Amino acid sequence: MPDLHQFAQQLINGIALGGVYALIALGYTMVYGIIELINFAHGDVYTLGSYFSLSILALIPLSRYTQGWELWLVAIVVILLAALLCGIVGVLIERLAYRRLRNAPRLAPLITAIGVSLILENIMQIWKGTSEVSFPQFLPDHVHVLFGVGFHDRAVLVVAVSLVAMAALNMLVFRTKLGTAMRATAQDRDAAQLMGININSTIAWTFFIGAALAGVAGFISGIYYGTTFFLNGYQAGLKAFTAAVLGGIGNITGAMLGGFLIGIVEAMTSQYISDQWTSVVVFSILILILVFRPSGLLGEQVPEKV
Amino acid sequence: MSMIKRALPIAGGIFLLLVPFIDKNSSHISAYADTGGLVLLAFGLNIIVGYTGLLALGFAAFFAIGAYTYGFLASPLFGIHINFWPMILVSAAVAAVFGLVLGAPTLRLRGDYLAIVTLGFGEIVPQVLQNLKWTGGPDGIAAIDQPRLFGYAFGFNPIPYYYLYLVVIAIALLLLNNLRYSRIGRSWMAIREDELAASHMGINTTGAKLAAFSMGAALAGVAGVLFAAKLSTVSPSGFDFNTSVMILAALVLGGMGNLTGVLTGAVIIGLLNFLILPQATNWVQAFGQLVHSNAVANVDLNQYRFLLYGMILVLVMLFRPEGLIPSAVNRAELHAEHETAAPEVAH
Repeated sequence: MPDLHQFAQQLINGIALGGVYALIALGYTMVYGIIELINFAHGDVYTLGSYFSLSILALIPLSRYTQGWELWLVAIVVILLAALLCGIVGVLIERLAYRRLRNAPRLAPLITAIGVSLILENIMQIWKGTSEVSFPQFLPDHVHVLFGVGFHDRAVLVVAVSLVAMAALNMLVFRTKLGTAMRATAQDRDAAQLMGININSTIAWTFFIGAALAGVAGFISGIYYGTTFFLNGYQAGLKAFTAAVLGGIGNITGAMLGGFLIGIVEAMTSQYISDQWTSVVVFSILILILVFRPSGLLGEQVPEKV
Repeated sequence: MSMIKRALPIAGGIFLLLVPFIDKNSSHISAYADTGGLVLLAFGLNIIVGYTGLLALGFAAFFAIGAYTYGFLASPLFGIHINFWPMILVSAAVAAVFGLVLGAPTLRLRGDYLAIVTLGFGEIVPQVLQNLKWTGGPDGIAAIDQPRLFGYAFGFNPIPYYYLYLVVIAIALLLLNNLRYSRIGRSWMAIREDELAASHMGINTTGAKLAAFSMGAALAGVAGVLFAAKLSTVSPSGFDFNTSVMILAALVLGGMGNLTGVLTGAVIIGLLNFLILPQATNWVQAFGQLVHSNAVANVDLNQYRFLLYGMILVLVMLFRPEGLIPSAVNRAELHAEHETAAPEVAH
């Protein structure tokens, strides 16, 4: 049954990859849901997350005697700090590049978003150079075998972290006051404002949370792949956006579902077709979904506002 | 005033004709010719983004299609060698067809979705060209035929290409200037201002948008042929998102929808990209060697070009969304918008 094993192996790869895409897709979908902006710079915030993680890791004195729970503690500290820093960057981007254009024609903030993306990429290029940067593999990485299919600890870590982050986000959006404010602002900004919701801070928090999740994704993808690269965010961001669209943009559950689906599609494409066709396949899905079912799998049909 | 307005383009044209006699440096002429290519691309994108108000992000794909069409039909790759001059029209037609193929299903999408679909298309085209074997793979196509005119071979001398670009740009300017106030041009602008109202006025919005897409693509196709002929080689890497961004930056900087503005923006971005940044890098490096500073001697300003384009996109959109030389309509509209929006923004 080697074929089935291969399939299962790719399924695990796909789910791990999908966890990363899902985390990034959440940021796209939240921002789009609240201000109808495709935050083009979001993919680069994800890369920034792995760059921040690298710099934080460099500050922590790890020796080969550091082991067991201490390493996991280090991982948690790095994740939280990277998420915090990315969140701050997200808020700054919104404040500097998007807020002034909130009432401008819709294409204006999309153009500044592309500009911000280019600026972030160039900053990262200056920061760590134009070649791939290796990411320290400091966590224990045993291989487990289940029904003949091997998987690494790091795959478990990626899936676990992404599920925890998504559960936390769900709690936040559907159980807290901030979440209620975010949903109200997304539904009708003016009415929400009349209800006493501070629109600016709600939108800023949305950017913070989305960017923080991208920061988490940056860390776990660094652990999973062992490398990072200043241009990673462009393609990863576009694929995660595809995931958000596939799930139904503005829909949080949809973004998670779409993320895992895109991850699995990508893993299967690289196994059964070829590695070099993965982006063609994913972007074809993007075009087909947008053309034939722009509301995605879980989104509702919204007629264009007049 | 009107005298000056009429004399200025003529004086400018004469100056442009004399440039190769003033500047004898052939790498400079080559940079001016490449700038001409950017002008054509910006004119093409301007029809789609500036006139019709549809944001197309993967515009370089049409440029690639034009260049590759010429590469397929005028190189040893398939042993076909069709003459350069009719190929200008053939490539324009092929690119226009691709514009229709992409446009037909996507034009009913909302503005930002359309932007993303074209971006996806812009990612797919170079990737497919790179993955397939028969397109030449990552190396692309080499030894593409170069134009001849009355027995004179253009070869790798940049001067004839410079003049060729001038002629093509002049023709494009003439056509676009007439197009703008024609029935279709007015339809485009009506769609940009308010698509719903335009369709209620009886404008066939789908037809007009498709026309904009195919004409924009056709201009990119022409730019592709000239590009492939001048370089005598094409490869997939020259048509990525970065190229699309450069064209968009030219448009945004100069002023969308206004030919003078687009021309100015494309010339500024083109000269920056092809001449000023490489030159300045040389000067800085020479200075670095003079003062024996390794750090300065290894500076490469070219790698900051996208930082520059990013800043241009952000700063122009924030502080002068109508661009350096806006069209009168755009300026009026954007400023009216600011006035009505102001009470909402202030807190």
